[in-house]
Amino acid sequence: MEKLLQVEKLETQFTKDKQKIKILHGVNFHIHQGEVLGLVGESGSGKSITSLSIMKLFKGTSGEINSGRILFNGDEDLINKSETEMRKIRGKQIAMIFQEPMTSLNPVMKIGEQLLEPIRLHLGLEEKKAKEHAVSILKKVGIPRAEEIMNEFPHQLSGGMRQRIMIAMAISCNPQLLIADEPSTALDVTIQAQILDLMKQLQQKEKMSVLLITHDLGVVAEMCERVVVMYAGRVVEEADVFDLFESPKHPYTKGLIASVPKLGQKKEKLDSIKGNVPNPSELPKGCKFAPRCNDVMPICYEQEPPELNLENARSCSCWLYKEERGGIRV
Amino acid sequence: MELSKAVNSSTTIKKEKKYSPLRELLKNWKKQKNALWASLFILLLITVAIIGPFIAPYDPYKPDYNAMLQGPGIDHIAGTDEYGRDIFSRLLFGARISLTVSFLSVFLGAIGGTILGLLSGYFGGWLDRLIMRSSDVMFAFPDILLAIAIVAILGPGLTNVVIAVSIFSIPSFARLVRSSTLEAKETVFVEAAKSMGASHFRIMFQHILPETLGSLIVFISMRIGTAILAASSLSFLGLGASPETPDWGAMLSLGRDYLGTSTHVVMMPGIAIFLTVLAFNIVGDGLRDVLDPKTKNE
Amino acid sequence: MSKTLLKVTGLKKSFSIPAGMFEKKKLLKAVHDVSFMIPEGKTFSLVGESGCGKSTTGRLISRLIEPGDGEIWLDGEEISQKKEAQLKGMRKKVQMIFQDPYASLNPRMKVRDIVAEPLTIHTNLSRAERYKQVSEILEVVGLSDYHANRYAHEFSGGQRQRIGIARALIMKPKLIIADEPVSALDVSIQAQILNLLKELQAEFDLTYLFISHDLSVVEHISDHIGVMYLGTIVESGPKEVIFSNPQHPYTKALLSSIPIPDPKLRRERIILQGDLPSPVNPPAGCRFHTRCPVAMDICKGTEPPVKPGETAGHFVSCHLVE
Repeated sequence: MEKLLQVEKLETQFTKDKQKIKILHGVNFHIHQGEVLGLVGESGSGKSITSLSIMKLFKGTSGEINSGRILFNGDEDLINKSETEMRKIRGKQIAMIFQEPMTSLNPVMKIGEQLLEPIRLHLGLEEKKAKEHAVSILKKVGIPRAEEIMNEFPHQLSGGMRQRIMIAMAISCNPQLLIADEPSTALDVTIQAQILDLMKQLQQKEKMSVLLITHDLGVVAEMCERVVVMYAGRVVEEADVFDLFESPKHPYTKGLIASVPKLGQKKEKLDSIKGNVPNPSELPKGCKFAPRCNDVMPICYEQEPPELNLENARSCSCWLYKEERGGIRV
Repeated sequence: MELSKAVNSSTTIKKEKKYSPLRELLKNWKKQKNALWASLFILLLITVAIIGPFIAPYDPYKPDYNAMLQGPGIDHIAGTDEYGRDIFSRLLFGARISLTVSFLSVFLGAIGGTILGLLSGYFGGWLDRLIMRSSDVMFAFPDILLAIAIVAILGPGLTNVVIAVSIFSIPSFARLVRSSTLEAKETVFVEAAKSMGASHFRIMFQHILPETLGSLIVFISMRIGTAILAASSLSFLGLGASPETPDWGAMLSLGRDYLGTSTHVVMMPGIAIFLTVLAFNIVGDGLRDVLDPKTKNE
Repeated sequence: MSKTLLKVTGLKKSFSIPAGMFEKKKLLKAVHDVSFMIPEGKTFSLVGESGCGKSTTGRLISRLIEPGDGEIWLDGEEISQKKEAQLKGMRKKVQMIFQDPYASLNPRMKVRDIVAEPLTIHTNLSRAERYKQVSEILEVVGLSDYHANRYAHEFSGGQRQRIGIARALIMKPKLIIADEPVSALDVSIQAQILNLLKELQAEFDLTYLFISHDLSVVEHISDHIGVMYLGTIVESGPKEVIFSNPQHPYTKALLSSIPIPDPKLRRERIILQGDLPSPVNPPAGCRFHTRCPVAMDICKGTEPPVKPGETAGHFVSCHLVE
């Protein structure tokens, strides 16, 4: 399969009070054509910053990309693109859905107007054709009375409907890559099921690649083919979704999977990860997970583990898997 | 969003250095350049108000008929007035009067207004309507007119000026505190206190009042300027300090007859009032940037 | 059978919502005829989606909002209509844990004063005695005395929730109402807090009313479960029954909606159509009929009665259940 997006050694930092805080420390991963990749992590893991870096959406923040490459469609490096060039890519080739649809929709603009904007801009359709296209997209995302909804405002719709509108806007120009940042986290369980089902159907029909960012391992297991696990601004593990849940390698992934209460599981006590999620400006030396790790070794406090390739095209950054135990240094 | 959370959380604690609200405040205060200067000026003013009588070169009450209406010079750095009294010495004495009157009236007004605002915002209902409608009535009068009316009823004199200015400060304080109270009342930690069975008194003073304190301090510093102006105006109109008192407003009032010939008689107290009011307003602005969460840009 | 600590019957609560100038005043029926009981030392969970009235029920029982109709029996005492002054005893017995560990702790108070607050309110202990108890209770929830002299915002989410739990524990209450206590926390921290809550229950013989939208969390912590939809409990019963043999179509759909963290278990889901109806204008008859995949004609007109299920303590409100 061909790689649609390849992120290499991505480093992103923010400045606060003249202090530079590195949030991403060399993030590596890739997405194949037509694949759903899950990006999993807790707060502060840098998963959302990763998506903003790919879109170069730093306006109004102190964020900037330090180094690395973001190769899209082969050899186009997004890092070298100007804002004008990025604007042509955003919405057209890479589209994004956010967690809270209300903040990304303009409250004083009719749904139709907001939907038509990218269609006019990127597809260059004439008015009547653009409108027809918009209505057909709304129908595609399962919105009843699509024509009427075009004339309504975001606040007249429910949370689930708004997320459908966001998805409609995102897929309106047939993007190659859809980045979905916690698309169902703000929704109720039964509505979340609707939205996830819709996303899955659309992805299969349109052969889109999807980067699904979430903290919910349940959503990952339902939706994704491959998973990248992030911790403290680094990728700690990457694997096929079945392999990951079957035999997680990194102690963090193990802990994460074990700490989720599962239906039907008769367990008096949940396995938990001790300690707290670290603060990006006060990361420990060596492996960032070492202070919370159950399998910690002396070397973990000294040196950061390299990314090690393991069997089945998976990788893991942990000293447990260094060369003699089957890992191959990248 | 995760982005802002990540960046914000990183500034919480620096290693083992312990957090203290006061240190935080001082750190931010140092960044307010203008306000820093203005607060130094106010500090100087307060010092003058305390030690002024000891360093004044002349007796501010003693007329000197050989030196009437002299312009600023070596003997009298700010000149003399129509009775030959040293204006500089009178200004030094006047600082004490002006500051005492304004501080006292604003603090009395703030205490009254805060209590009314807390009650009004916390309990709501008829009490709220009563307090707010009464303050609406008072807002309908221009401040100074109200003060004049109060002094007219109580009779002239500095004590009555303090009472008048504090009374007309009450409604503005009440409104301010009421609005912050309404906001603080909805916080989860107030709900938590209620669920523990905390008394109304405890909720108001332990949990809600500290939330209003920031905007309250800002407003107090702003109101002090207004109070100095109001007190001076009342004295200027002859309703405040008696003419021989070295009050800045009263000095202005006396000097107005010589406006054409000896400008300095009006200029000197005028400048004193102007600088003081300006300093308090700048400090107020600076405090707002540091303390008031609503205008704070995170 | 242990004795019943909390018994709620026919609880109802409506809020009037401000209407436009020419509109009739509207009523939001947040809680509509809720009844359940919790035996001492057990955990009862109310589970449901947003707007189902689970939080309102919790706040009615903790007497945080003006009482509505119905009875609330706590430890043999009816508390639903008592005046605040008569609630002193109840306030000591019932403590709350809130969802947002950031907002529920006063940012201007030090941790030891936050945790000591119930003691300050209800006892005449000296400051030193209060702080001594604070150190003990902090130890119990996994913090140390070293944390006591700091402000709440210096802590991470999980630690703050521990502080909130310490505050709830310090009065040695009988009932703890926990309103979404782990939903604001990271997954790895969630498990720590859930384990802590379970340990504390065993150690102090606590009774929990646990309010949550997350069925997996609820299954882990509960003994009994009540599933709420639009202000009513549609199904309630022992945990095992609700999860292995649910009868109400809404419970079934809810269970089927949860994404399971195991890719091998991807399955056909029951996906409910449409949105949650507004509690201002709830559907007539069975409130769930507008989204129910198996709705019948009778559901549109008649509200289903509460019927006992096959297992003791299992109740369902559905016309389909015989």
